[in-house]
Amino acid sequence: MKQQSWINKAMIYLLLGIGSLFCLFPIFWMVRTSLIDMGELYQIPPGFIPKVFKWDNFRTALDAYPFGRFFLNSVIITSLAILGVLLSASLCAYSFSRIDWKGRDQVFGVILTGLMIPFFVVMIPQYVFWNALHLTDTFVPLVAPAWFGGGVFNIFLLRQFFLGIPRELDEAAKVDGAGHVRIYAVIIVPLAKQAMIVIGLLTFLANWNDYLGPLAFITSEKNYTLMQGLTLFQGSYSAQWNLMMAATTVIVIPSLVIFLIAQRHFIEGIAMTGIKG
Amino acid sequence: MMSPLEDAVNGVQTLKPVRHSSRKHQAAKELRYGLLFASPVLAGYLLFVLVPIAASIYLSFTNYSVGMVPEWIGIANYKTLFTGADPFFYPAVKATFYYVFVSVPLGIIISFFAAVLLNQKIAGRAFFRGIFYLPVIIPLAASSMVWMWLLQPDFGIVNALLKQLHLPTSQWLGDTGSVVPTLILFSFWTLGNTIVIFLAGLQGIPSQLYEAIEIDGGNRLHKLFYITIPMTSSIIFFNTVIAFINGFQAFVQPSVMTQGGPNNKSLFYVLYLFNEGFKSSRMGSASAISVLLFLVIALFTALIFFFSKSLVYYEGKGEQR
Repeated sequence: MKQQSWINKAMIYLLLGIGSLFCLFPIFWMVRTSLIDMGELYQIPPGFIPKVFKWDNFRTALDAYPFGRFFLNSVIITSLAILGVLLSASLCAYSFSRIDWKGRDQVFGVILTGLMIPFFVVMIPQYVFWNALHLTDTFVPLVAPAWFGGGVFNIFLLRQFFLGIPRELDEAAKVDGAGHVRIYAVIIVPLAKQAMIVIGLLTFLANWNDYLGPLAFITSEKNYTLMQGLTLFQGSYSAQWNLMMAATTVIVIPSLVIFLIAQRHFIEGIAMTGIKG
Repeated sequence: MMSPLEDAVNGVQTLKPVRHSSRKHQAAKELRYGLLFASPVLAGYLLFVLVPIAASIYLSFTNYSVGMVPEWIGIANYKTLFTGADPFFYPAVKATFYYVFVSVPLGIIISFFAAVLLNQKIAGRAFFRGIFYLPVIIPLAASSMVWMWLLQPDFGIVNALLKQLHLPTSQWLGDTGSVVPTLILFSFWTLGNTIVIFLAGLQGIPSQLYEAIEIDGGNRLHKLFYITIPMTSSIIFFNTVIAFINGFQAFVQPSVMTQGGPNNKSLFYVLYLFNEGFKSSRMGSASAISVLLFLVIALFTALIFFFSKSLVYYEGKGEQR
């Protein structure tokens, strides 16, 4: 490769810098606003660094509504969903990649069409269904799909990964008398740890950040998730932006922490979905 | 799979009829296990996809609302929508098409060039990639809130900065003319997934191709138009279709930021669908709205399969097909 001239490099850094500013500034502004005093909120022009760091905003914001409860609800829903997805998607992916049953690939082809079905198309009948079972306003409608295959997309991803594991390993285990349950649990799943982590992370994001699901299925405040708590907060504190941003910051932190820990997995995972898709 | 050698050895060791029946037995066993392992998704597909779609279609021909017995009313729901008797249908369709057909092409172009930049061999590349991906992690409900504050007309930082630079300010989300462009601007903040998928595609381009064009005296633009874009054509297409499908389902942003206003100018289709079903409790008519969405998305999905066959570049064959 030819050496790039410094002008080229400067241009690249300039453009990346502008892009980074665009990506980061809203997050900075959220944190900044969460720490300022009400008096400073409406100051024109606004200062970039708070004159006084008002940590009290967080307490005021979190005391306004039972955020501890909302947090717990979100944690329960998200953990149950991750557990369900990891278990059921890997079982199904195993079936579609390691067991040679008649009609397998045709069935998989049909299942794949589920990828293209928007939630909005099935939302109303699902609501009617859960309502008939008296399970609306519980976590069941939000968690159940995870235990029933955990999303076609995740099965698809895991199946691709399983297909890359050498078949000789299964054959060797079979010779030793292992059945499918043991091959699945002792060979395939441990070898697919990487893919399982990616799917766990994507499931975390999808459920933790989910706004529509709870809005459709959860009605009473004690069952609200964090996202619903945030909109509840918006309803009554819409002018107190410092408190609003304090609540928002608290809600963003778990996602942010997980991203910082597992950044590499996220980016590899998304890239994987694109190539294989 | 058994190798021919193993097969031959087995053939010698076992009598033919026995082997035949054990194979049959084996196939039945595999089928049992296969269905058992796949049973979660088989039940799930039936329960959460197939039956609900059928139910949606059925309900769209009824006047169903929760707690009532659905009554067959033929195509009345569709008629109400298409004749404009429902004053929200056409505004919703218009707002959605406006949003989708502007935000998707621009978003694809921006994320493609962001990916090209992030693919340059420079120091700190991984760091920049992380930054460009970061907004995707933030819950959309939360980032919607943050952007409302940034763009708040009187005290928001964006207007304050514009004022200081003596540039015209805007009402952003508060004005009928600027609300959709503002939501389009916001959509550019969460292009991380698209960028990362483009990056994966760019990394698959052999560097010899660029070297060849350099030897021929080609410049940056030649590289872009003769190598980069053709070599990533399938990924551009994939990303575009996915973006369209997602764009039609933009819900959180209008729901949190505008509730469809002002004057229904940001009443996106799925928000309208949600309101009709859950706020107005007209599940029959909401089902009709969702069936139409399904048809539009099915059309785009059919496009994927149709075009991807002719546009996909096959690694190893070395030619554009």
